[in-house]
Amino acid sequence: MEKNIYTRMGDGERVAMSPEEIREDLLAGTNDAADRANIPVLTPDDLEHLFDIFAEPSKVVSVRPGEEVIVTDDAVATLFYLDQENCGQGLPLSRVQSILAYERACCADTLSTGHVDYTFKQVKPIVNFEKQEYYNTSLMTTAPFFYGSQPNMGSYFRPDGPYPNPADLFPVGKIREALDAQEEAAAQLTRDLVYVSKQMYEVGCEGINFDTAASAGDADFFATLTAVSELKKKTRHMAIEVGMSSEFVMGMHGEMTFDGKLLAGMYPHQQVKVVEAAGADIFGPAINVSVGESTPWNLARAVTFVKECVAVANIPVHPNVGMGVCGVPMFEVPPIDAVTRTSKALVLIGKADGL
Amino acid sequence: MGTGDIFGMPTAHIMASAMGGIRTAGDLVAWMQMSRRMKINEAKAYVAEKLGIDVIDLTNEEVMRQVREDLDIGIITSVAGSAKGIAAKWNIAELLDIQINSVNLFKEKLRL
Repeated sequence: MEKNIYTRMGDGERVAMSPEEIREDLLAGTNDAADRANIPVLTPDDLEHLFDIFAEPSKVVSVRPGEEVIVTDDAVATLFYLDQENCGQGLPLSRVQSILAYERACCADTLSTGHVDYTFKQVKPIVNFEKQEYYNTSLMTTAPFFYGSQPNMGSYFRPDGPYPNPADLFPVGKIREALDAQEEAAAQLTRDLVYVSKQMYEVGCEGINFDTAASAGDADFFATLTAVSELKKKTRHMAIEVGMSSEFVMGMHGEMTFDGKLLAGMYPHQQVKVVEAAGADIFGPAINVSVGESTPWNLARAVTFVKECVAVANIPVHPNVGMGVCGVPMFEVPPIDAVTRTSKALVLIGKADGL
Repeated sequence: MGTGDIFGMPTAHIMASAMGGIRTAGDLVAWMQMSRRMKINEAKAYVAEKLGIDVIDLTNEEVMRQVREDLDIGIITSVAGSAKGIAAKWNIAELLDIQINSVNLFKEKLRL
């Protein structure tokens, strides 16, 4: 077997694979997703289309004219001036300069900004500063402009926050105390998400992005959904995007429900339905990447999850496509051959409404 | 979207699959997803009808450059005196028949 197709491993390493090896990994990837989430595997036509995307010898691939979608982001413009820890380029630019460059040089469909710590809890005490930044910039931007941050409920537990840490309580058998701590933290998180979002709404915020939701599990997700539901009653003209932290909602609490559905254990096609019920306008599923598997395996898996999610969704679905998610290798300088193949596959086979 | 260096991640996705923002009609289609929860094809059809062009031309620079200038909704190349920023968004809100929060606030400040 001639190994004549260059592709990537999940950590970005370039590898050469034979057509047969690519096909085997595509099949294994879709089977893995289908088994985990009890959803359909990709069709033979889908798999052949995916194979063609990998077999295309060009470095960069793309959709055809007319097939393009929308990109939304999580403060991507800040990459211009942030550091290596954030995959940033460290340019001596201000926030507003970076955002305008992203709009007018990179030609993004939407823009966003956020505090460098990118956590609502950290934004709360400095929200007036953030309001100034957003307000000033929004007078100059033409494309839709989001304010984004992470719910990040983990930051509410000791030693970073006021509530007892479930990770300390569970191992010593204090189950009820661990559940109570999560419920109290979730209630405070909801209040903070609503407070910051309303403050931003008052200065004309066009869209809020609850990014990396459920990173601390089902209680974190519950707090986010509750905040969305509350905000939608009072901030009619501000779009809300909910982006996830991973493909699976961890049951750190285990008993949290929203809209009558148990949140723990939800996969993207289930997550989108509660996000919709809460009133959000755009949903961003995040599919994990295995660094030890090939990009064909990872991307087939991601497309399988995304295709089912889009099929059941009544709102636009924008899969997360940064490093280490939805098929993009886990490497701070994502290889463009893998990034563009991910892009094309999620749009054409996954039927995503955006990225 | 996610993270990764600015060229390798967001710019690569924009080149491979995105509509092109204010260079074409990407911002307009995005407004419809945000304000009316429209899926991509519905949003494109709505915007194309409002602009009086075919859907395929929403990402056709040769068409959209002139359309944007004629409607004064913000253009990618800088022309002094043309609508930019909040003024362009005001025109976009009227064109698409949508509410844009920043524009509403601006109007309130102008006491119109």
